[in-house]
Amino acid sequence: MSEMITEAAAAVAGERPDDLPDRADLARMYELMLTTTLADNKAREEAKAGRLQAAFYPVRGLEGVCAAMSAALRKDDQLVSTYRNLGDALAKGVSLRSIIAELYGRVGGASKGKGGGMHLHDTSVGFMTTTGIVGSGLPIAAGLALGAQLDQDDRIVVVTFGDGATSIGAFHEAMNLAALWRLPLVFLCQNNRWGEHTPIAEYAGNTDLAARAASYGMTALKVDGFDPIKTWSVLRGAAAAVRRGEGPMFIEAITYRLTGHTGTADFSYVPADELAAALRRDPAPTFRKWLCENGLFTEDELIAIERQSEDVVADAFGFAQASPLPGSEALHTDVFATDPPVEGVS
Amino acid sequence: MTVLENRGLTEPMKSAGAMTSALECAMTADDKVIILGEDVADPIGGVFKVTKGLSTKFGTRRVRATPISEQAIIGTAIGLSMVGYRPVAEVMFFDFITVAMDQIVNHAAKLRYMSGGATPAPITIRTTVGGSRFGAQHAQSLEAWFMHTPGIKVVMPSGPRDAKGLLESCIFDDDPCLYIEHMGLAFSTTEDVPVADFRLPLGKANVIRAGTDMTIISYGPMVRPSLEVSTTLAADGIDCEVIDLRTLSPLDLDTIFESVTKTRRAAVVHEATQFCGPGAEISSQIHEQLFGELLAPVVRLGAAYTPVPFSTALSGYPTHDTIVAAVQSAVRA
Repeated sequence: MSEMITEAAAAVAGERPDDLPDRADLARMYELMLTTTLADNKAREEAKAGRLQAAFYPVRGLEGVCAAMSAALRKDDQLVSTYRNLGDALAKGVSLRSIIAELYGRVGGASKGKGGGMHLHDTSVGFMTTTGIVGSGLPIAAGLALGAQLDQDDRIVVVTFGDGATSIGAFHEAMNLAALWRLPLVFLCQNNRWGEHTPIAEYAGNTDLAARAASYGMTALKVDGFDPIKTWSVLRGAAAAVRRGEGPMFIEAITYRLTGHTGTADFSYVPADELAAALRRDPAPTFRKWLCENGLFTEDELIAIERQSEDVVADAFGFAQASPLPGSEALHTDVFATDPPVEGVS
Repeated sequence: MTVLENRGLTEPMKSAGAMTSALECAMTADDKVIILGEDVADPIGGVFKVTKGLSTKFGTRRVRATPISEQAIIGTAIGLSMVGYRPVAEVMFFDFITVAMDQIVNHAAKLRYMSGGATPAPITIRTTVGGSRFGAQHAQSLEAWFMHTPGIKVVMPSGPRDAKGLLESCIFDDDPCLYIEHMGLAFSTTEDVPVADFRLPLGKANVIRAGTDMTIISYGPMVRPSLEVSTTLAADGIDCEVIDLRTLSPLDLDTIFESVTKTRRAAVVHEATQFCGPGAEISSQIHEQLFGELLAPVVRLGAAYTPVPFSTALSGYPTHDTIVAAVQSAVRA
């Protein structure tokens, strides 16, 4: 099966672009990938130790796609993500403190501890919402994109989802509507080759997801999602086209899930050779090597970035663990806009 | 919420026309009001003609005919609402809501709570119920499902004036609202309805007949039969108070308790299935709050526990006679 990853990566769009993100973007991309990796590792460790009583959906393997997004999108562009959202949220600029505190159900979390890690947002940086229901973010993203179109604003919307989401009805409804109305929307499929615990070949009659998207009448591209530079290049091109009003685009970023479905789930079923091949291309260390080998950053500069990432992660977990739990009064707030006291209903 | 008093001109309207008027007023008042749904644009103007003329007046940019795609309709409305729009999504038949339950129940109703108040989804969903000429998949009264879902308001008007005032309030409310229209009311009764912007408060019931012996609590299509029952029973010496709930969630329990404290008897009447229907909750609330005051157990009258039958010969809905008999038996208990 390791051939499949190589094969899929070879079939994707284009070579490395001639130009690169500027140095500041490259540094940010590496820091984001590393922060994501470290925070993900830490969250799984905490969950396994029983100190984090929450389902956590690891993003290991998606770091390159998230880093590419961070450099390819504008701050006012909007993103809708899923329960596997850590890297997406960081890519859009959500504070790691608010992400981790929400994972712990604390007041300092993005949703004051009332949503949990599956329900993040920071609309001030365009991170609009995340959903725990597979595929459900796509129609909502279509609405956000219609809002941009009606506003005659050139912001665009990106919605991320796994390969598993391409089997559910909401995916098809949103794809058709977006194509019909030429919405400024990028469908970014983070194909990690697994739908929960089932490999893609066992749940899809046609595993070429981009081909499926093309049949809706939109441009669909594949890219090696383990390569942040190629992914950045493809995303940048897609964002520009969508921003020009050329209608929605579908990008299939081919990655591999480097962990179980959840932070604590058994994943002994993952073929060892396949996982080993994917881990040899683990996005953050591979990117580090590339940055170094190409003389883009010195060892000292990379170490400085790594220190920064380690500090950010330690700070976020410290903040989350110190943040208070919500008071019991929070149970009844935010049900309705004005929290109408409905007598007898509690 | 702003409650605009009825001032200025009125015109005789049926419910369908009153809803068109509400949509037209809302779209005129606020260019963020967007209509989405199957067949809503002209020339058809909606299969029940409620949106007739609106796409011609406001353009297809704002009155958007969609694919047959309920999840996309509701999801798109949610996304629009998150960036300042006030979308009104039409789901042609209440039964089709089932196809969009995820977007309504897991998203629209919960987004405010799950985000700690940060990303509410104030959408309005208009849908139609009633009648049996289409069979059991085009007739179900599913309002209890949504009363059971914290975070969404459930509204059902009983006539043209309320149809307008409640719909405008839903559109400008800051919470998601499910606004249920009844086919049998759309083109039947005519009332004088304010022509201009007109809103009625959500969460407030309307006492439409004062009485002393029995409170009949109803909403939507069973309000008129309940009033007729009160006339019949008046001749029999039984003086009924009739409450039109207007809003099922939030439920105006204050008005219900106040009335039943006075009458000491109550009946709840609706077209929804009686078993686990809205009447079950209302009856239970009355028993829990006023048990010692009651002269008789609260009576519930809802549809029989069956899918909605096609043949009119098989109707399982409460009728004038079954309501009369139930009230008489409670009063004489």
